[in-house]
Amino acid sequence: MSNYISTSSEWTFDLIQRYDREISVIADDFQLDTYPNQIEIISSEQMMDAYASVGMPVGYNHWSYGKQFLGVEQGYKRGQMGLAYEIVINSDPCIAYLMEENTMMMQALVIAHACYGHNSFFKGNYLFKTWTDASAIIDYLVFAKNYIARCEEQHGVDAVEDLLDSCHAIMNYGVDRYKRPYPLSQHEEEARQQEREAYLQKQVNDLWRTIPNDISTEKQTATPTFPSEPQENLLYFFEKNAPLLEPWQREIVRIVRKMAQYFYPQKQTQVMNEGWATFWHYTIMNELYDRALITEGFMLEFMQSHSAVVYQPPYNNQYYSGINPYTLGFSMMQDIRRICQNPTAEDKKWFPDIAGSHWLKTLDFAMRNFKDESFILQFLSPKVMRDLKLFCILDDDKNHTINVAAIHEDRGYRKVREALSEQYNLSNREPNIQVHSVDVRGDRSLTLHHTRHNRMPLEAKSANEVIKHIHRLWGFDVHLHSIDERVHRQTFHCPAPHTDQPQIPLPTVSPHLTGP
Amino acid sequence: MSYIVDRRLNSKNKSTVNRERFLRRYRGHIKKAVSDAIDKRSITDMASGEKISIPSKDISEPSFSHGEGGIRDRVLPGNDEFITGDKIKRPQSGSGGSGHGDGASDSGEGDDDFVFQITQEEFLDFMFEDLALPNLVKRQLAGNEEFKTHRAGVSHEGSPGQVNIVRTLRSANARRIALTGKKRKALKVLEEQLADITPANDALEDTCSLKLQAQIAELKAKIKGVPWLDDFDLKYNLQVKYPVPQSRAVMFCLMDVSGSMDQATKDVAKRFFLLLFLFLQRNYEKTDVVFIRHHTSAKEVDEQEFFYSRETGGTIVSSALKLMDQIIKDRYPPEEWNIYGAQASDGDNWNDDSHQCYQLLTENIMPAVQYFSYIEITPRDRQALWHAYEKVSEQFPEAFALRHLVSVADIYPVFRDLFKKQAA
Repeated sequence: MSNYISTSSEWTFDLIQRYDREISVIADDFQLDTYPNQIEIISSEQMMDAYASVGMPVGYNHWSYGKQFLGVEQGYKRGQMGLAYEIVINSDPCIAYLMEENTMMMQALVIAHACYGHNSFFKGNYLFKTWTDASAIIDYLVFAKNYIARCEEQHGVDAVEDLLDSCHAIMNYGVDRYKRPYPLSQHEEEARQQEREAYLQKQVNDLWRTIPNDISTEKQTATPTFPSEPQENLLYFFEKNAPLLEPWQREIVRIVRKMAQYFYPQKQTQVMNEGWATFWHYTIMNELYDRALITEGFMLEFMQSHSAVVYQPPYNNQYYSGINPYTLGFSMMQDIRRICQNPTAEDKKWFPDIAGSHWLKTLDFAMRNFKDESFILQFLSPKVMRDLKLFCILDDDKNHTINVAAIHEDRGYRKVREALSEQYNLSNREPNIQVHSVDVRGDRSLTLHHTRHNRMPLEAKSANEVIKHIHRLWGFDVHLHSIDERVHRQTFHCPAPHTDQPQIPLPTVSPHLTGP
Repeated sequence: MSYIVDRRLNSKNKSTVNRERFLRRYRGHIKKAVSDAIDKRSITDMASGEKISIPSKDISEPSFSHGEGGIRDRVLPGNDEFITGDKIKRPQSGSGGSGHGDGASDSGEGDDDFVFQITQEEFLDFMFEDLALPNLVKRQLAGNEEFKTHRAGVSHEGSPGQVNIVRTLRSANARRIALTGKKRKALKVLEEQLADITPANDALEDTCSLKLQAQIAELKAKIKGVPWLDDFDLKYNLQVKYPVPQSRAVMFCLMDVSGSMDQATKDVAKRFFLLLFLFLQRNYEKTDVVFIRHHTSAKEVDEQEFFYSRETGGTIVSSALKLMDQIIKDRYPPEEWNIYGAQASDGDNWNDDSHQCYQLLTENIMPAVQYFSYIEITPRDRQALWHAYEKVSEQFPEAFALRHLVSVADIYPVFRDLFKKQAA
């Protein structure tokens, strides 16, 4: 007499429901706190559609999504790539797409992975809590789609497309990294939008007012710089201050900025998020097996696809393409559990406060309060470094050779850990570009500064393209200086200067511009 | 509690708009690919879809990124040979990564083309974009082959399947009201009288009440006797047939198959005919094609024979024109058909025949056809036939065109030139 839930690899809605019920019982036992789940079964064509819209169920129209769709479609139809088994959306209820092609085992795995793993991460992690409002995102997407469609009707598809192109080009610079945002607003967004339009335009006009204000005459000597502090959020800066944008254009800039903000936490928690979800599907499936709910065949099939997911090709393998976030995340999560349950002497030395503690509580704490960068710095243990055989190389263009700076050994652990953590630091991965000044009383030109990190220059070709987009948003001349130790190493202008008079370098750079 | 939703039946073409936006944005690229493809294609699959490739750099979306240089710390997995302090030669960029950590520099500049598929419909759209049939006065015929039915009110007769329930019940209701009106009025009066004397005070009233009750029962029976639904009430939806006017076109392909036309020349001609055929098909619901080939005498043939059988002999072009004229008179009355003529030849003709061609064209054929195009496929100088046709073209500048082409690559440009949209 067996109480296996299923023995065949065919899935039915009934079986999915039963698996989901059992998994939710286990998740409850492990104290996973989740949004309610909405599991949607879709076909492969629909999966391709979902891919093209970054997984979102609704989205505004833009050619770049079409391009992505065509790319996916071509790749899939020619058999060059498979599709993901699942996509999950950070919303409340949490929407997870399951492909109809999956076997019963895959469906169960995906439910454990997405509907309980990712879902609880979305609900618990501080970045998601701060930056996204899961209950409002779908409403906001609908608002954005309708608003942009209306703009297309009123101002033409081309005008809207150009604007979106420009916004997308600087989408990575649409977030206040150091300020906490208000949650995305829901239905009142539409009502408030009207109000905002009028108000914003007034503000901008005020900034550019040319009639002298008699009260401010005494201030003229001070010539305040604008902005008073460098601005890292370019999209926000243009939304509020670009002189020539019309109200509807500001609203579109805002929409792109909100989208950038919504995806911001996902970029910073890839290792943790995937590691967490992988850890939980692994734990839950094993628990299902221990409770004799699934067969050995089922378990074998699971082990096979699980090990494919967490496979890390070594650096010299032809399939190597960076560190697999699933592997790293999963190994670390597993290791934290091990340190809590069976600490060695080494663990006690490295992690005195978590060795021997309650593993569920420790993992929960780690999931809630870290992002990739800090998570690695805090929890990457010597054992994981040894298991993955991590080593750190230093590539300095001033040397003829690449140096091996540290390897997985006693004196190298700290260095490797730091370097790996830095690798996930978003502000190092993306060039640090900020609005430096605007020539308010002169030609209204905008000056941006790129502060070099580790002497890394800007890629010139793309920078020249992006600056054109910035010029479109700003409406007047744009200059971009790439600065290393207060010296201008590269400069970009849009429109390109017609005379080749030498650029006069600015004498000093404000101290808070030197990178983090 | 989880909800499980089956979305598989929802629409799967959510990306259609975005896809269309993409095609719109890169229509220049696509058009070029299409026009290249037309030259390369074999004739049999002129109208299938096409794989389009666009250089990746043309469609990239720029964003700020780090360039080469500077100091980079990089952590790699799977160390198998290094210890701290090792120095590794910097790999040449582009060399296949045989270790030495260059696997991590995933700066593989995607110089590959972006490749995607467009459908046959889209292919043809791009192929014939901005083209229009000249003199597109579609002669329409009140056709007698195709009919459509549409609703035309209600009638008293029809088949049970067409019963209009609402109308039927409404009319039944009206009839019942009309037929029982008097009786119901009388009934009401009687019922009031009865109510006045109930409960009965004496015997007189008692008999009165009985009488009234009998009358009421009788009236009620009569009212009930009126049928609820009568044959008379039945209303049917009326469907009427009306003929669908159809635009029809016939295309005459005329080709010289005399000894001077070799297979390559015929191939060029065939491609031209095919383009024209596809184009007409998009403009008319029904398109007939008549193949006429000629040397010294003309003959109507089927497609296979038209393109592939060889004959030799001299050339008398007028024979083909005569046959075309005959066929128009016999089978394709100009008031019912849109007639298009396309003639391909290498320009050879029997010396004194060209004048006859001129006469046939101007007097018989040109008044009947919408458009007549003549292409001469020859690298040589023009001859008598061309000059005769030039005169025709002067007389009918709107409806007659002649072009000269040399190789396969000329076909599509010449075709576009012939059918380009005239500025209104």
